[in-house]
Order: sequence, then structure tokens, then C-alpha cells
Amino acid sequence: MRTLQKAIRENNHNNLSVFFTAGFPRIDSTGEILSILNDTEVNFIEIGIPFSDPLADGPVIQHSSTVALHNGMTLELLFSQLKAVKGKITKPYLLMGYLNSLLAMGIEAFYSKCFESGVRHIIIPDLPIKEYLKEHKPFADKSGVSPVFLITPSTSEKRIHEIDGISNAFIYLVSGNTTTGNQSEMQTGSIINITAMKLKNPVIIGFGINSRVDYLQACALADGAIIGSAFISNISQSKNLKSDIPQFINKIKTINLIGK
Amino acid sequence: MKTYTQTSDGYYGKFGGAYIPELLFNNVDELQKNYKRIIASAVFQKQLKSLLKDYVGRPTPLYFSAALSERYKARIFLKREDLNHTGAHKINNALGQALLAKMMGKQKIVAETGAGQHGVATATACTLLGLSCVVFMGETDIARQAPNVARMKMLGATVIPSVSGTKTLKDATNDAIRYWINHAADTHYIIGSVVGPHPYPDMVTHFQSVISKEIKRQLLKQTGEAEPDYVIACVGGGSNAAGAFYHFLKSKKTKLIGAEAAGKGIDSHETAATLTIGSVGIIHGSKTYLMQNKDGQITEPYSISAGLDYPGIGPLHAHLHETKQASYLAITDDEALKAAKELIKLDGIIPALESAHAFAVLPKMKFKPTDIVVINLSGRGDKDMDTYLKYL
Ligand SMILES: Cc1ncc(COP(=O)(O)O)c(C=O)c1O
Repeated sequence: MRTLQKAIRENNHNNLSVFFTAGFPRIDSTGEILSILNDTEVNFIEIGIPFSDPLADGPVIQHSSTVALHNGMTLELLFSQLKAVKGKITKPYLLMGYLNSLLAMGIEAFYSKCFESGVRHIIIPDLPIKEYLKEHKPFADKSGVSPVFLITPSTSEKRIHEIDGISNAFIYLVSGNTTTGNQSEMQTGSIINITAMKLKNPVIIGFGINSRVDYLQACALADGAIIGSAFISNISQSKNLKSDIPQFINKIKTINLIGK
Repeated sequence: MKTYTQTSDGYYGKFGGAYIPELLFNNVDELQKNYKRIIASAVFQKQLKSLLKDYVGRPTPLYFSAALSERYKARIFLKREDLNHTGAHKINNALGQALLAKMMGKQKIVAETGAGQHGVATATACTLLGLSCVVFMGETDIARQAPNVARMKMLGATVIPSVSGTKTLKDATNDAIRYWINHAADTHYIIGSVVGPHPYPDMVTHFQSVISKEIKRQLLKQTGEAEPDYVIACVGGGSNAAGAFYHFLKSKKTKLIGAEAAGKGIDSHETAATLTIGSVGIIHGSKTYLMQNKDGQITEPYSISAGLDYPGIGPLHAHLHETKQASYLAITDDEALKAAKELIKLDGIIPALESAHAFAVLPKMKFKPTDIVVINLSGRGDKDMDTYLKYL
């Protein structure tokens, strides 16, 4: 099987990933959005586990979490939604969430359910590296799941190399010191320094990416971009996901913009 | 003997640590690496000591309550943190951290507040030290603690309502942390209790430990004994309790009792009794007990007292609870109100609603007449007059 890392490399600095919150806007939207995205130019997909207290998230993702939880979304249900569609989804999908959700399910159960649902990578922003290595890695390895870690433009070089050493998909570079959804100036100088470090993993830029210009800049500086809040805002206003999602993606990724 | 230790990673037994997104790594790392050195430095010690004495009014009295002693058949002393400048123990920590922030070269402060006591204390410390101050406060708390909102504003702080989640202390804390992420370079976050990622629990405990340091000295002078039989304190996040317990953690004699808020009762779903009904997880960057459902969603706490209305608890208390080195009792709204009424009548002291929870422990205990009991009177009740007028 082609690994995510290999797939990202093959796309040659042109990776687009989209993040959306499971159970939003409706409880059964998860599989539908995943299937629609699967047929677009998106390269891989991140699915957010809704959490009551998402510390690293700005208002848009907070709101989507609140609505999803209000809809009755749970991690257990998310896994069963994924199992139901996994045969039809050809693009890699990751889970992103907070450590408390994982602990509530139990570490071992979480990783084995990831495996059963076709999830090969997870992003847990508040999971310290040391704790991952000590308490999670044995179970993650057993289930063939590996983590993606966040870095910022101010993460030390030593720490970036440490993270690179234990990662096998990509490194998630947060565009600036900001919560999700904030427009922040991309710190070009620091990003160039990071990509010049000869890391074994590709670097994908996220947080605050919301336009084709941002996407192209991220592709020029690194290996691609992740769009979260802008995508969620778009689907929250959508009356027709089937047409609006591809249109949104096309505006970001297709060379010849359709529509305006 | 009690075993109280904190590892270099900030763990008390299995509780504590720093579960933070990478966005805060540098800030928290900078604090972890510097706080002990700065706090131990002679300049810092000298400045804080003089401010605590001349500005805050420390040492606060240890007052022997003849009336309560008579009523509960023990020797009952009140540690008068209510007599601090700004009306509660919160200033001990706010001033210490503001001074620390200044020495680390930060010009801006962000804080969360529940009852508004920590917000007022932080706004005060910032005015005194020339720092700018932003305070997040849940919309619900803004409505029920109006006098403190007015005080913060008068002191020049920017008060931002938290409208996320349940609009109380937990959400104000989330928003303060998010603000810190977005202003990491020039801002220090003054957390108001012994919660949050390492080094906050240890640092706040340190700044509050002046309470038990004074109790020890005062008690020796007044009774000939340095160690009481009991120390009783209310527990929201647990800072006044941590401060009142600290110098007795190694005592074989002293029994430590925390009073958490049961709200309308521990089975009512309207409660904030974290240790009684909670389970282990992560809240605000710390591994500790918290109130959550089986999906790991943090649930809405309730207490009549805004300062105890928090679904987590400091990792030190989680550890003391789990290892049975301290006991924690759940006190209902009604029990707290009754205790406040009694203190007002017997001693002429209007306590903060939070502190009233500690006094409500008295009728639940069986003391020996010789027992020395210290209750930490964490704050005064001016801010709670509306509630008292309604219920008492
Ligand atoms: C007077 C008073 N006591 C106690 C508390 C609870 O905090 P902690 O448990 O950290 O002492 C508060 C919080 O606002 C307070 O204002």
C-alpha cells in the first residue's frame, strides 16, 4: 500500500488537504462530505473529533464542534460512520482531536478502532511527544497507526528534528502563532528555514489558509496546505454540499478557475 | 507521613504535566525554565515581600473565634484572607505572577476569572506594576458578579465576555489560553488557581503557600503548637486550599479537608463536585479529575458560587485525594448559605460564598474539645451581597 508520505511526495509540493468536523452540519454529514471530497482534487482529508473545549481552535471550528455535539456526535459514532464508508474512500483520511476524547475511549481501544475504520494517522495537538512514546506508541504501532505532530515557525530546530525522527507521514506546520481560522501573516523566513532542514518528512502548512493565494504560497514554500475554518464556513452556509464542495475545492486548486 | 512530591515534568503522582498544543510550547517552556530561578532571586523576594506587607496587608490575622469554638466544641481559628487588599487570597498569586511577568520582560497580562476576585486582583497588580491587562469572564458570571466587573473596569482592565460553551469559568479559561496563543510573544497568562499546565500548579501553590507559612507561625505564638489538628479550605481549582495545606503536607498530625461545591447535590446533575463525581482526563493542559461524560466531553458544572463553578481541580488535589492524604467533602448551596448565615451572626463576618463552603464542613465533623481547627476564610462577601439578600 502506498503510504501517505509517499503520496504527498509524489504530488510534488501540490498537496491540498481539507479539515472538517465530524457530525457537522448534520450528524450524518461525515460520510457524505468524505465521499464528496474523495471525488475532488483534494489529496488527503482530516476529520475533526468534536470536543467541548477545543483549546487550539478559533470561533469557526469551536462552533462546528458545539453544533456537532449538539447533534449527538460521539467518537464511537464517528468510528462506525467511517467503517460504513471506508470501502468507497480511496484518499487517505486522518483523525484530528484532543487527547481527552481518546483517553475517555481508552488508548488501546482508540487505536484499534482507528485501524478498523481505515485511519492510519492521527493528529492530537495536546499529546506531548514523551507521553506518546511511553503510553501510546505500543498500541499505535500494533494497529499500524502513527501520529502527525504540529510545529510552529518558532519551534526550535532541535525539536523539529526530534519530531521528524518519530513521524512517518508529514509534519504539520502551523502558519503562525495563532489559533485556527485566524488570518495571520505567513512567516516566510522561518518557513524557508524549516524546509531547508532536510527533513525526511514533507511539510504541510495549516491554520489560517483560506484562499488560492494562501494555498499557492504554501505550495511554493512547503509541500502543500490544509484548509479548515474556511472550508467549514463554506459548508455551514451550503444548501447543496454536492455542488458547493467541489466548487470550493476547484477555486483553490484548479488552474483554470471555474465560475469567477 | 504524607508524600507530596512534584517531578521535574510537573507531575504529582500521575496527575499534572503539560498537555498543551505546540503553539504554547515556547511560552510554557520559558516559564518552566525560569520561574524557580526568578522567584528565588533576592530582588524578586525582596520586592514581593515588601508588596505583600505594605500593599496587600500581610500577614493576615489568625483569629480565634470564641463563638464558633463554643458552638462546635473545638478550638477554631480563622485565617483572615478576606482582609487582604482586594478581598481574597487571589492577590497573593496575582501579584507574584505579575512581578514574575515583568521580570521576564512581558508587558501584557491576560487572565481568566470566575467570581471576578482573580480578575480584580490581576487588574490591581497590573495597575500597580504598569502592565496592560485583559480579563476573560464568562457571560453568566459577568451577570452574577457585577460589582467585580465594575472594579476591573475602573482599574483599567479590558473585560472580554466569554460566550463559548457554558459561559462560565471553564470557558473564560479556554478563551484566555486562546488569547495567549494569539499573543504569545509579549503576553504572560496569569492563571488564577493551581490548575493548568506545568509549571502553573506548582507556581501558584508557591505564591499561595504564604498562607500556611503564616498560620504555622501565628498558631505557635497563640497556642504553643505549630501544627493544627485540622485545616479546612474550600476548593474550586484549589489555590487557597493548596496555600493553606502546603506547610502541613508533611505533618503527621494535621488532617487536611477540602470543601468542593456540590451545588444542588451530587446526584442532581447541577454540581461542581469534581472529585466526588469526576474521572481522570485532561482539562486546561493538566491531567486531573474532571467532570465529563463517557465520550470525554467536559460537562457543565453548577454552583451558587462562581469561584467554585469549575469542572476540574488542580492536580495536587487529585493526587492528595487519590492517595487519601487529604479528604474532600461535597457541600451543597444550601449548606454553604446556612454556614454563611451562622458566621455572619456569630462573628460579624460576611464571607465570600466560596469560603462559606469551608465553614459548612464544621457541622459534619466530630471534634475533640482540644482539637485545633484552622479554617481558611479565603475571601469576603461584598461581591455576593445580591445572592445573600435573595437567600438569607
Ligand atoms: C474568595 C474565593 N475563595 C475561593 C475561590 C476558589 O478558588 P481556589 O479554589 O483556587 O482557591 C475563589 C475563586 O474565585 C474566591 O474568590
